[in-house]
Amino acid sequence: LAHGGGGKAMRDLIESVFTDVFEPDGMEDQARLTAEALAVPGARLAMTTDSFVVTPVEFPGGDIGKLAVCGTVNDLAVGGATPLYLSAAFIIEEGTEIALLRRIVATMRDEADKAGVRIVTGDTKVVGRGSADQVFITTTGVGVIAPGVELKAGNVRPGDVAIVNGVLGDHGACILAARGDMALSSDLVSDCAGLGHLMAAVQAACPNVRAARDCTRGGLASALNEIAEAAGVAVEIEEDALPLRAEVKGTCEILGLDPLYLANEGRLVLFVPEDEAEAALAAMRSVPEGEGATVIGRAKPAPAGQVTMRTLFGGARIVDMLVGEQLPRIC
Amino acid sequence: MKRRVRIRGQVQGVGFRPFVWTLARELGLRGRVLNDAEGVLVFVGGEGVEDFVARVGGEAPPLARVDAVEVSDWDGDLQEGFEIAASGGPGAETRVVPDAATCPACLDEIRGDGRRAGYAFTNCTHCGPRFTIIRGLPYDRARTSMADFGMCNACRAEYEDPGDRRFHAQPIACPDCGPTVWFEGEGDAAGVILSGGIVAVKGLGGFHLVCDATNAGAVELLRERKRRPAKPLALMGTEEMVARFAQVSGAEWSLLREAAAPIVLLTKGEALPEGLAPGQSRLGWMLPYTPLHHLLIDAVGRPLVMTSGNLSGEPQVIGNAEARETLGGFVDGFLMHDREIVRRLDDSVERVTPQGPMVLRRARGRVPGTLPLPDGFADAPQVLAMGGQMKAAICLTKNGQALLGHHLGELDEALTWEAYQGALEDYRDLFDHTPEIVAVDLHEGYRATQAGEAMSLPVERVQHHHAHLASVMGENGWPRAGGPVAGIVLDGLGLGRDGTIWGGEVLLGDYRDFERVAHLAPAPLPGGDHASREPWRNLLVRLDQAGLGARAEALLAGYPVDVVRQAVAAGVNAPLSSSAGRLFDAMSAALGLCVERQSYEGEAAMRLEAMAERAGMVAPYPFGQDGAVIDPAPMFAVWAEGDEAPEVAAARFHEGLVAAFAASARALVETGRAEAVALSGGVMQNALLQAALMRHLGDVPVLLHHGVPANDGGLALGQALVAAARQI
Ligand SMILES: [Fe+3]
Ligand SMILES: [Mg+2]
Ligand SMILES: [Zn+2]
Ligand SMILES: [Zn+2]
Repeated sequence: LAHGGGGKAMRDLIESVFTDVFEPDGMEDQARLTAEALAVPGARLAMTTDSFVVTPVEFPGGDIGKLAVCGTVNDLAVGGATPLYLSAAFIIEEGTEIALLRRIVATMRDEADKAGVRIVTGDTKVVGRGSADQVFITTTGVGVIAPGVELKAGNVRPGDVAIVNGVLGDHGACILAARGDMALSSDLVSDCAGLGHLMAAVQAACPNVRAARDCTRGGLASALNEIAEAAGVAVEIEEDALPLRAEVKGTCEILGLDPLYLANEGRLVLFVPEDEAEAALAAMRSVPEGEGATVIGRAKPAPAGQVTMRTLFGGARIVDMLVGEQLPRIC
Repeated sequence: MKRRVRIRGQVQGVGFRPFVWTLARELGLRGRVLNDAEGVLVFVGGEGVEDFVARVGGEAPPLARVDAVEVSDWDGDLQEGFEIAASGGPGAETRVVPDAATCPACLDEIRGDGRRAGYAFTNCTHCGPRFTIIRGLPYDRARTSMADFGMCNACRAEYEDPGDRRFHAQPIACPDCGPTVWFEGEGDAAGVILSGGIVAVKGLGGFHLVCDATNAGAVELLRERKRRPAKPLALMGTEEMVARFAQVSGAEWSLLREAAAPIVLLTKGEALPEGLAPGQSRLGWMLPYTPLHHLLIDAVGRPLVMTSGNLSGEPQVIGNAEARETLGGFVDGFLMHDREIVRRLDDSVERVTPQGPMVLRRARGRVPGTLPLPDGFADAPQVLAMGGQMKAAICLTKNGQALLGHHLGELDEALTWEAYQGALEDYRDLFDHTPEIVAVDLHEGYRATQAGEAMSLPVERVQHHHAHLASVMGENGWPRAGGPVAGIVLDGLGLGRDGTIWGGEVLLGDYRDFERVAHLAPAPLPGGDHASREPWRNLLVRLDQAGLGARAEALLAGYPVDVVRQAVAAGVNAPLSSSAGRLFDAMSAALGLCVERQSYEGEAAMRLEAMAERAGMVAPYPFGQDGAVIDPAPMFAVWAEGDEAPEVAAARFHEGLVAAFAASARALVETGRAEAVALSGGVMQNALLQAALMRHLGDVPVLLHHGVPANDGGLALGQALVAAARQI
């Protein structure tokens, strides 16, 4: 792929690689969408945007395209919205293989179909070598929040139960292994997945679900801290309740990383009132992305904003928000 | 012949006024004595005034510490007789003194047949609980946990009699009116201990887990239940027991017998179970310091293990209900009492070096004590220094004094964090302190730093090792205008000015600023904080740096050497560090003393020190010296070529490191760039190392730690001094 060039050849290429895959019936420069869902009294439009960069762009269990679709779909879903449309903008490094782009676009289409969303508009720019790392993608998502749905971190109350939908840290550990500069023997596959159906199932089963957060950058620890802060509650999790694969634990042990901070791309933490916990677990386990759903802790009244983990030895360790680069502190 | 006599120091709450009253009456003087914000004030007249002035400083009661006696002529009115007057003015009686071990007079009463025979809460103005029972100020009974116990008539009579040892002894008690003790379990506490069981004993500053120290099975059981595989366990014994099971010098006896009754590290004597302190040449001993301890140890007749009653990593438990809940699974009984512990205080830990005593953990018996700020700090603002992350302690300055708070522990531990936040308020109230500046470490990841930055006060950021240096300067009264000092700061990890991690440094500086003159060659810390727990990681990187990769592979067969090397090469969580502590870890691992994991902080270095002590004088291993960089690679090369006994290698390592650092610091003094050398940082707790440094430094003036910990427990004092110096 060559940099610059706005001629017909380039336009044909873009059509064949991108447009034809996303919208075979053709794309206008602007997407024109029906607003029926919004005509429902009380319904609200949800909109979110995210940029995706990852090295390597293809990894076990997915590629950057899958991340770009799932990430934005999940941002909508955890807010209680039904995801409907995406836009996708590509920054492509000169010399990137067309075949790679085709593979990425195909995954995007696949994931969009699975999530029930349409990629309705987009853009591509080709930049010089070294100005990007193969491909960067920005997706913007639009969804609709049904009347009466009010999921937000501030809703969490003391006593609420915290549930995650599966093993943690697979994505982060998988990416480390996939970099290929460390001999981390690993069968790990990224957890990258769209969580729209899971959220729909939970919302159907638990009328009072309080809040959900996807545990992406900064991992579970950051998601829990955001919730504790917003709700003015404490959150206590149990170390022995955390679902972690032995390989993830092992990778973390060797590299000195904390699995609570590893990125996930298909994991969320959900807070529900205690009496809806069983229903939430059942609903989550009814979809493939929630098979590993499990309770990891609960909200407590105080100290407001503090997340702690009861360790295997019975002490309680404070789990902070990740502040920049983690430098060692043991003196 | 009338005089106004001002006595400054630790003179309140220690029976000073009745002492003055007794002395004045003995000399037939007229006048009055009172407490005020500055100490004790006496207005006195009569023939023996000069005698009085001569004796008042020198004959003070046991817990008093007289810093100054200021005498001036005075021309006011004096009534007949001598009286103890009401306290004068605001701020009076604000001083709180540390808890003190049971005094000989009280011990005689407990062992006698008077009304306090066998009574576990006997105390007087010369001994007993203070800081651990105070809820608020001024210090009187109503504001202590003794408020729950009304005084009986007999106690009240003693309390009100200036001639009695218990005049105004706020925790005064007897079996008729005071706290009671009981045992929850089968039989009695001594019986359970003698049969190999474990008892939780409520002490002065918290609960201890107690078992028979001569019973290897009991010691093992305790370790198993507490999941504490190797960390040395503290012991309590009578003087007879200590004399038998330890080798005790005169200086060590004095330290043991101080009113603070600290744990003192003593060389092993007659054998006790190895499980008490595996791989160590010393055991930590303390004498019984409350009547309850005396009664218990008399009943058992054997030395006791006295380890803090807590879950692994958590602070000591202090409440009865909390103890039952938290420790219920560990113990076979509870020796309980109903006097509330208001303030959790660990036992202080100290050792005696050839250069004098050295505090390792500063807590019960040592706090709250103030230190005078050095000359030049009289105009210092009120500073609040937040301390470090791991051995957190705070420091406040006011009126030319520094109040260094007690050891709190690691701030990621939720209960410790809560205690830290409580201590911020507690010390502010005790010292009537209004901070004008807050001093913090450069490390933004320390919870203490974050808390300080959040205070909406002007912030002074102090580099970690500069703070260590300033703390030892301040402890030794180095004047603010005293000229630059060469600091050998051998430490674990602290964030440096260049964004790398420092810890093996020669700094040239004063209170305001410093330059980094020399440092250990940096090495990666593979796995970040994991490198501080796992010595093998440090051995790997140091051997690789020395071109001894094959030796590393041979020594570390079975460890994930390849992946760690690749992580270092890829820059994944492997920050560079010049830490001296990690170099000790590497050497300890090289000798196979502690390789896989330290089961407690400092284990690798302590084992290395214990090993080196077995050797006599040895030649140093060669450290490279290239400009500012002190390079351990050559010493690893020499070590790898030889096949010396581990004690010889350990000693040569100590000597080599000392030679390199001492030469660097000494040169600064000899060329007139520095006026003295100062030793600080956690690695300086190694007495062998300190002694070797003293030998190499010869007649250069050297500043050493004694009452302020060389580790991060003393960091806040240095932070406060640096911040203050920058403001003056
Ligand atoms: Fe330090
Ligand atoms: Mg986002
Ligand atoms: Zn006494
Ligand atoms: Zn009484």
